[in-house]
Amino acid sequence: MDTITADTKHHISSKTDQYQHHDYYQIDELLSEDHLLARDAVRDWVKKEISPIIESYSEKAECPQHLYKGLAEIGAFGPSLPIEYGGGGMDEIAYGIIMQELERGDSGIRSMASVQGSLVMYPIYRFGSEEQKQKYLPKLGSGEYIGCFGLTEPDHGSNPSGMTTSFVEDGDDIILNGAKMWITNSPVADIAVVWAKGPDGAIKGIIVEKGMEGFSAPEIHGKWSLRASITGELVFEDVRVPKSNILPNVSGLKGPLSCLSKARYGIAWGAIGAALDCYDSALRYTKEREQFGKALAGFQLTQKKLAEMITEITKAQLMVWRLGTLANKGKATPAQISMAKRNSCHMALNVAREARQMHGGMGITNEYPIMRHMMNLETVLTYEGTHDIHLLITGMDVTGINAFK
Amino acid sequence: MNLLVCISKTPETTAKIGFTDGDSKFNEEGVQFIMNPYDEWYALVRAIELKESVGGKVVAINVGPASNDVVIRKALAIGADEAVRINAQPQSAMTTAKYIADYAKEGNFDIVFLGKETIDYNGSEVGSMLAEYLDLPFFSYASKLEMDGSKAIITRDVEGGQETAEYTGSFVLSAAKGLAEQRIPNMRGIMMAKRKPLNVIEPTITEDLSVVVKYELPEAKSGVKMLDADDMDELVRLLHEEAKVI
Repeated sequence: MDTITADTKHHISSKTDQYQHHDYYQIDELLSEDHLLARDAVRDWVKKEISPIIESYSEKAECPQHLYKGLAEIGAFGPSLPIEYGGGGMDEIAYGIIMQELERGDSGIRSMASVQGSLVMYPIYRFGSEEQKQKYLPKLGSGEYIGCFGLTEPDHGSNPSGMTTSFVEDGDDIILNGAKMWITNSPVADIAVVWAKGPDGAIKGIIVEKGMEGFSAPEIHGKWSLRASITGELVFEDVRVPKSNILPNVSGLKGPLSCLSKARYGIAWGAIGAALDCYDSALRYTKEREQFGKALAGFQLTQKKLAEMITEITKAQLMVWRLGTLANKGKATPAQISMAKRNSCHMALNVAREARQMHGGMGITNEYPIMRHMMNLETVLTYEGTHDIHLLITGMDVTGINAFK
Repeated sequence: MNLLVCISKTPETTAKIGFTDGDSKFNEEGVQFIMNPYDEWYALVRAIELKESVGGKVVAINVGPASNDVVIRKALAIGADEAVRINAQPQSAMTTAKYIADYAKEGNFDIVFLGKETIDYNGSEVGSMLAEYLDLPFFSYASKLEMDGSKAIITRDVEGGQETAEYTGSFVLSAAKGLAEQRIPNMRGIMMAKRKPLNVIEPTITEDLSVVVKYELPEAKSGVKMLDADDMDELVRLLHEEAKVI
């Protein structure tokens, strides 16, 4: 769909996005000039490109595909990868801030960027051959190619090591069979980074290109969440892929898990954006809306909700800032990332639910962003490691005992 | 073309306005600052567009302390080639214009751009003073600027219509809405901006002729009064005595 169709078919909201900055603990002072510039740029972009159209696309459950190009132009694809490989050459805190601002607009739009950067560009950059990097990364960074990431299967979600997608060797090629499920971007993707078991049982990453015979990516319909982001399956029926498309520098589950760490890190920052938008809306609404002769914000029960929201948001902001500082030194552990991902998502969902109530009946309409964020966050709480799985990761980390099985 | 763009730092549009020092100074505590939108969206972007079409260089200039650097970096991220900060706390339009003029005199600029006003003090004075100091013509409130070879064609918004002027030579131009469209810097621009020069120079000496004595906020607007629909006498009385409209 091009922009012109988008404009005629979709309602462009005339309502101004009034979002204001909330920084209760002056965390901005901990940020550098690039971080602040990046945040303001993405915030301006979200107000201009996302806010006016997102309710309409979400309501119609359509992906605003013209935004892939815009996300590339602003630099949201792989901002922390080197410039020569299509990235932005920024640090991990900048990456987190960009994700937060995008998710302040919509979790689905942030997902489009997370997948492209952390789950497609990152594994090719980290585990790919020089040839693969040259071939794919600049095109992914510029949005000419859209990518997706295939790990989860219909029968293997929280337990990816049980995957059944596999390949056999045949001369210079491999023959790939299996299916992947819940794949963001898959129906529109030009390439898929697919994780599959080889003849020796080791998991390898394979770049599968659109158009390869036997490869299809049907769309999954009926989602009540991330409705503006397109999700699908990946189906492989005797797909012949050249061996040169295998990522040479990784073997085993640590390949996909390191990508997930990168994406989860972005989600830990991102979900706070959705929480901030809900808080911002609830604060404005309750200061304006009067009942019993005074503003709702003047009642103790409202203040309790607002105070708890900003307290939880501030705690999460400090947590991801520290996580980002560790990540910049290469010291953030997967378990630390799990804790922040779980905390931010749960916090954001709680904030969204409280904000929904504070908007009264208006809170269920698309006049306000709350219900959309709330429904989106149900996915964000679940994907990239569920709320409970991340708890078990922390549990295992502090006890040394595996409670997964 | 050699282009100079004056950029100013202003409070963000939703900032709470308050004063200190006996109401003689704006209270900056807790205020978010941005680049003055008329400087950023129109003046700077049009200068960059001209450079992109005919070549040359865009220099962004600001008068202010080191804390303004983030705003200056944004101008570099959007596409200015280099920047100059005159290291002085801006006092009045006159001192600001004098500092910039003393720098611009040496720079051989074809056009000096600035926004039609800053959104904080709305003085709209620096442009004309700058033109005077530089002994150059001044085109204010320009909503369109096209180049035809060395000739500039400038459209100005005037009350109820437009005025078009042509000029060949250097000039000062203040930008109004319409001159260009906002450009949002991208991440690559932000990273490239770090490698572009930001030169800090000390101000020339200028004595201020005026000093701000006091600022006052407008009186808070009173709320809407609700009256019984049947009480016409009271309505008329209020319109007459309180609102004083009849």
